[in-house]
Amino acid sequence: MTLTANKVALSEKYTELFHANRSLLDEGSSDLLNRMREIAIKRFEKVGIPGFKNENYKYTNLERVFGKSFRHLLEYQPVDVDLNEAFRCDVPQLDTDVVLLVNGWYYAKNQPLNNLPKGVVVGSLKQVANEQPELVKDYLNRQAGLSDDPIVALNTAFAQDGFFMYVPDQVVVEKPIQVINLMRAEEPVFATQRNLIIAGKNSQAKVIFCDHTMNPVDFLTNSVTEVFVGQDAVLDIYTIQNQNNQANSVNSSFFRQEANSNLLSSVATLHGGLIRNNLKVEMAGEHAEANLYGMSFTDKNQHVDNFTNIEHAVPNCLSNQVYKNVLDEDSVGAFTGRIHVVRDAQKTNAFQRNNNVLLTDSAKMNTKPQLIIDADDVKCSHGATIGQIDEEALFYLRARCIGEADARMMLMNAFAHEVVQNIRVEPLRDRIDELVEKRLRGELARCHACDKN
Amino acid sequence: MLTIKNLRVAIEGKEILKGINLEIKAGEVHAIMGPNGSGKSTLGNVLAGKEEYEILDGEVIYEGQDLLDLSAEDRARMGVFLGFQYPVEIPGVPMVNFIKTSVNEMRKFKGLEPLTAGEFLKLMREKKELVHLDSQLTNRSVNEGFSGGEKKKNEIFQMAMLEPKLAILDETDSGLDIDALRIVSDGVNALKHPERSTIVITHYQRLLDYIVPDFVHVLYQGQIVKSAGKELALELEEKGYDWLKNHSL
Ligand SMILES: Nc1ncnc2c1ncn2[C@@H]1O[C@H](COP(=O)(O)OP(=O)(O)OP(=O)(O)O)[C@@H](O)[C@H]1O
Ligand SMILES: [Mg+2]
Repeated sequence: MTLTANKVALSEKYTELFHANRSLLDEGSSDLLNRMREIAIKRFEKVGIPGFKNENYKYTNLERVFGKSFRHLLEYQPVDVDLNEAFRCDVPQLDTDVVLLVNGWYYAKNQPLNNLPKGVVVGSLKQVANEQPELVKDYLNRQAGLSDDPIVALNTAFAQDGFFMYVPDQVVVEKPIQVINLMRAEEPVFATQRNLIIAGKNSQAKVIFCDHTMNPVDFLTNSVTEVFVGQDAVLDIYTIQNQNNQANSVNSSFFRQEANSNLLSSVATLHGGLIRNNLKVEMAGEHAEANLYGMSFTDKNQHVDNFTNIEHAVPNCLSNQVYKNVLDEDSVGAFTGRIHVVRDAQKTNAFQRNNNVLLTDSAKMNTKPQLIIDADDVKCSHGATIGQIDEEALFYLRARCIGEADARMMLMNAFAHEVVQNIRVEPLRDRIDELVEKRLRGELARCHACDKN
Repeated sequence: MLTIKNLRVAIEGKEILKGINLEIKAGEVHAIMGPNGSGKSTLGNVLAGKEEYEILDGEVIYEGQDLLDLSAEDRARMGVFLGFQYPVEIPGVPMVNFIKTSVNEMRKFKGLEPLTAGEFLKLMREKKELVHLDSQLTNRSVNEGFSGGEKKKNEIFQMAMLEPKLAILDETDSGLDIDALRIVSDGVNALKHPERSTIVITHYQRLLDYIVPDFVHVLYQGQIVKSAGKELALELEEKGYDWLKNHSL
């Protein structure tokens, strides 16, 4: 690959940053994290920051955001956070066990979660990797370590901390764990966050990630999450992305599912600048099921790109994806859904749907299914629509006294509802319904300056 | 109540209504009949405020106001109700929310407080009984998965909830079995009132045995070619529309 001068310069900025701070990155970090750095930075160097020419980043040019200047937080910076303040800004208030991460780092003043079932570990990846390496060593980098995505490699090179959760075999964690990812800084900041979730055999757990910013400044987060869903385990991962519109993020999640496991992932994108969500699922055991949902509501110059990649490596698994986007003003969206069914993965069921509503002529949506089916006895379907609001339905509502603006709102809510209704935590479902409605009414934006008033 | 004068309407450059004149007084029931494609639904849609039509000429005065100047929602709030020939399914919008919003919007327009939850449920129960609407249906999304007949009953249920002054029922009878036809007609008749008027668009005389019209009009190729009393419906049933052809221009 030939790299242009600018691109080289941009990528070098990151490799130089890495080499200049190598000892700082290693210091205090477990060898489990450190041993991958060198390989990772080499992988990153090979491709650099992906621009439009990169097939996988065709619809999202990362050079634009990675080219901005940021302060890099290469060590823990103590900041004080009042959680009440965050909750005031529309972080869903639920009956959950709350864990806070600030700028990618586990917050030092988190209250210990004393009522977790026996053996469950929830905490800082950095700390657990140092203190209980046996919980981490078989998993860390197993899914993400060999990724050819340069941004994931960059994360691996810089990774120091993030959220960690371990659920032993047979254990059910009733109360959802709510991870609040806060970005808090007075000036533009780049954060690297590395999460690891391990759900043992026949275990059950629910994790809710809330991405949030406390300051109206530029942020860039490079986050990687590896998730292991053990045999017969049931795991729900909900993500609510509601950052300020100058905050950018690349979020790469890697799931590995063992036999009979059941995964639900649901991502709601409300506010944020440029957001790229990579989601990779490897079906590693038979009769595993993955339900993957996503919805976004964008306006102004927001840019949201969901890229899914489902690897059906064994027979008899089911994957089902529903992604929906409502795009207003000049916002841009993208969905790429890759499904790969290997030759021996017979009796695979793989479904995918992407529906989009464009509210203006200047909003843009790119949608691209990529089905690579090498087995012959499979059921696969995909469908994508890009359309406007249903005028017939709009007239029906108006003919029943409902004003045009309210009628539109009802229809957009209804459009999103198909995704919302699959949320398996009822209060969260209600809360997201509310957030979506507020988002559509334009009432969520107030929150971004909340630390100022 | 309603005066339509020389109404000419086009869609996509094609003239569909070619000079309609119609006078409807309070308390009257008018039936509009006519072959497929003659413009019956177009007339209903134009009266209800559907926007894709081009008004070429004429005026519509409803209760002293120029109806064509008003938005669809304002017409509805002022008591114009269109029972749709093909009620649209709206997945994701729960029936209850829909009806509640609808009723309260109308009340707001009239300067009334919204109904309390209790009042609303009571009203809904009452009106569902009136049209024998299966209780379960209101737990679903608007018209989603409703059978043809259920959709029509649902239209009458909504009409009963809103108690309009001018109801335009576009083929509310098609797709109904005999029992449902009676129920729907009873529903319409129960709302009969000296201050309320009804336009029933239908192909079948049988409906008019239940909802007895004061006038029957034949709409043919965008024009009303004949108006008479209820006996006209019987005559049409017998002879079809062909004999009326020479009445058109
Ligand atoms: N959106 C449209 N674009 C083009 N032509 C239309 C449109 N809507 C209606 N028309 C035409 O207008 C004419 C009248 O249609 P309308 O639905 O009013 O008929 P109708 O009398 O209600 O018929 P039916 O008895 O079958 O319900 C038809 O020829 C129809 O094809
Ligand atoms: Mg019709």
